[in-house]
Amino acid sequence: MHENHQYLRVGGNPVVVDLAAIPVLDYGRFYSQTSHILRNPDCRCVAYFAKPTSTTLDFFMAISDERNDILLYRHQCEQTQELEALTAQLPAMHIYEREIAERYGVTFSNHPWLKPVRYPYNRVASEWMDSYPFYKIDSTELHEVGVGPIHAGVIEPGHFRFICNGEKVLHLEIQLGYQHRGVETLLADGSSTLRKMIISENIAGDSAVSHGLAFALCAEALADVAIHPQLALERVIAQEMERIAVHIGDTAALCGDVAYQLGLVVCEALRTVMINTTQFWCGNRFGKGLIRPAGTHYPITAEVKAEVVKNLTKVRKEYLQLTETLFGLPSVLARFEGIGELTTEQVRGIGAVGMAARMANLERDVRRSNPYLAYAFFEHQPVVKDGGDVMARAELRSEEVAQSIDRILQMLDGVDFDVKAATPNFSLQYRPNALVLSLVEGWRGEICHAAITDGSGAIAHYKVKDPSFHNWFALALAVRNQEISDFPICNKSFNLSYCGNDL
Amino acid sequence: MINEIKILHDHGIQYVKDLRNAILTPLFRGRPIISGSVTEADAASLEAMCPSGAITAVPLTLDLGKCVFCRECEFAFPHAVRFTNDYHIAASRREDLVVRAGEDRPITVDTTLLRKKVRKLLGPSLKLRQVSAAGDNSCEMELNASGNVNFDMGRMGIEFVASPRHADGIVITGPISKNMAEALQICYEATPEPKIVVLVGSDAISGGLYANSPALDRSFLERYHVDLYVPGNPAHPLTFINGLMDLLGIEDRK
Repeated sequence: MHENHQYLRVGGNPVVVDLAAIPVLDYGRFYSQTSHILRNPDCRCVAYFAKPTSTTLDFFMAISDERNDILLYRHQCEQTQELEALTAQLPAMHIYEREIAERYGVTFSNHPWLKPVRYPYNRVASEWMDSYPFYKIDSTELHEVGVGPIHAGVIEPGHFRFICNGEKVLHLEIQLGYQHRGVETLLADGSSTLRKMIISENIAGDSAVSHGLAFALCAEALADVAIHPQLALERVIAQEMERIAVHIGDTAALCGDVAYQLGLVVCEALRTVMINTTQFWCGNRFGKGLIRPAGTHYPITAEVKAEVVKNLTKVRKEYLQLTETLFGLPSVLARFEGIGELTTEQVRGIGAVGMAARMANLERDVRRSNPYLAYAFFEHQPVVKDGGDVMARAELRSEEVAQSIDRILQMLDGVDFDVKAATPNFSLQYRPNALVLSLVEGWRGEICHAAITDGSGAIAHYKVKDPSFHNWFALALAVRNQEISDFPICNKSFNLSYCGNDL
Repeated sequence: MINEIKILHDHGIQYVKDLRNAILTPLFRGRPIISGSVTEADAASLEAMCPSGAITAVPLTLDLGKCVFCRECEFAFPHAVRFTNDYHIAASRREDLVVRAGEDRPITVDTTLLRKKVRKLLGPSLKLRQVSAAGDNSCEMELNASGNVNFDMGRMGIEFVASPRHADGIVITGPISKNMAEALQICYEATPEPKIVVLVGSDAISGGLYANSPALDRSFLERYHVDLYVPGNPAHPLTFINGLMDLLGIEDRK
């Protein structure tokens, strides 16, 4: 179907290519080609970003197509140029274009709402978020509720502005950016690979393994380093352990929100078992320090294996015992079922990824579509639910916990884990004038890291995409026409990242 | 009902009985010890490799307020640096977080520094407002964990509350982004006197990995006195709870 299209097709994950091999299109061609390809529901944009040069902006587009290859192409424009918005054709592109507009001042015509994404310090406009004009409806019947940036719990900051008719939410506007630390700038500042590695695993603490892994995959691909098959397995085990721990913690939070105290305390305790197992393995409850380029300091030993097997077996039994009871309680079902419901069309329309897509019958899972590391050795069958509500998101977690535990136990079973592992390498020589892109399925969904190197092989531009970048909009849609008192449970059922968004 | 009784029974007792003397797994990265016989060349290499600038070569020191506990210095120079699993690393004086070569000295909270009135008033019941100022959410999750069924900080009368108006102090995580500077200031002003300020995590204490990022505004810390520094990446719940217990002179209520 793409005979007349101009792109570079690359298989595998991560992908690394010479910059010169990526075709440069004029914007008209770029626009029609992108609209055409992305109209196919099996294709999705995984990265679209601009890199400033001295006089122009260099735009990079990466699409995962129906064959699960990555299609790469570019276009260039002046910073002040006005471009036709892809969002008008493809709503899911809204967030990419908003980001580019805010950061570099490009105007996209026919974009419905070029709202700033995160008010970074290096944006072109000078206004601050405190003077931001929130969406308003002029009516004496309606009232506004503002929450944040500091929320009531011990969580990260963001601002939520509701427009309500009595208890009913008509509209929710979510403003983020409070967590902006300048991460992407620091990842392209000429510092050491070690420092970049550690910054990556601090992008979002609950996804330290996944974001760390996305960076390590990029670094290894740029340096043409092949890793030991055992390391490929260990990294997958670490990632699945991260998923289990967060899913159980989220189950605790959901129980807490509907005042099911037993579920709250049981899941808190089980999450502790999980993260203490990770601490036993590598000394940090979140797995920081576990992922390193080209090797690891913490290979799985017989002792670690025994601890993981023992604890996972316990967690599986006790967590499923709890969720089985939980999903049979009328008081819980009354608060979970039909709350915060999204349809498949809605999640597809906004380009939702990961859990936020799978809970509404849209299979988006990088582990299956673009397998990496040990995921390439077996056929991963993603858990997909069709309810699209809080219940579906809770059940998805419960089923994924069981699936991940079974997968880990199976992987640990067949392998001799006392092989001497390669040690990490922080003096990697990167391929010059190249683009690298890695996709990792974190517990929230698709994480994408992309880097561009200069003529000397130094990283000159770094782009990070957390699944929250797409999925925050799902939360805004989920609460429409719901009671505002159901907002907390809707929010927790998505558990999106603030720091992962504000990069 | 029978199911739920069975669940309760199967789970048994979960809480950490002795918060002061609990022992963490051997690999946990707590207070480091630096050897007294590190060559100048190795010290220089240590300084150069440290990703957050925590290590200074002359004299050889490691600042836990800057350290991100990656342990890479120990892997590169195992004869020079060793991380122990001692989680008692909170201090009330910033300079007490600096570990010197050749010293194996516990890090303690100087109990004389806190105003007497504050100790007397807040010791029996301390309510805290947490402000995440561009933290990566790991410190925030550990602070939540401090109150959970395992660590149960509530047994010491310490709790997080939803409003600064209800609070006796604020706990800051994250390096303090420009976008959070104003909200932090408002929160501080809304907290009634007497109040304490606690910094949790290396990012909050020194800026950590982001110390030189232009996206920060740390001027808040130039204006106000900090009562407790809790290092870590993230800080472990036991480090946080023990630091507060020491600061307020609270005995363990088992």
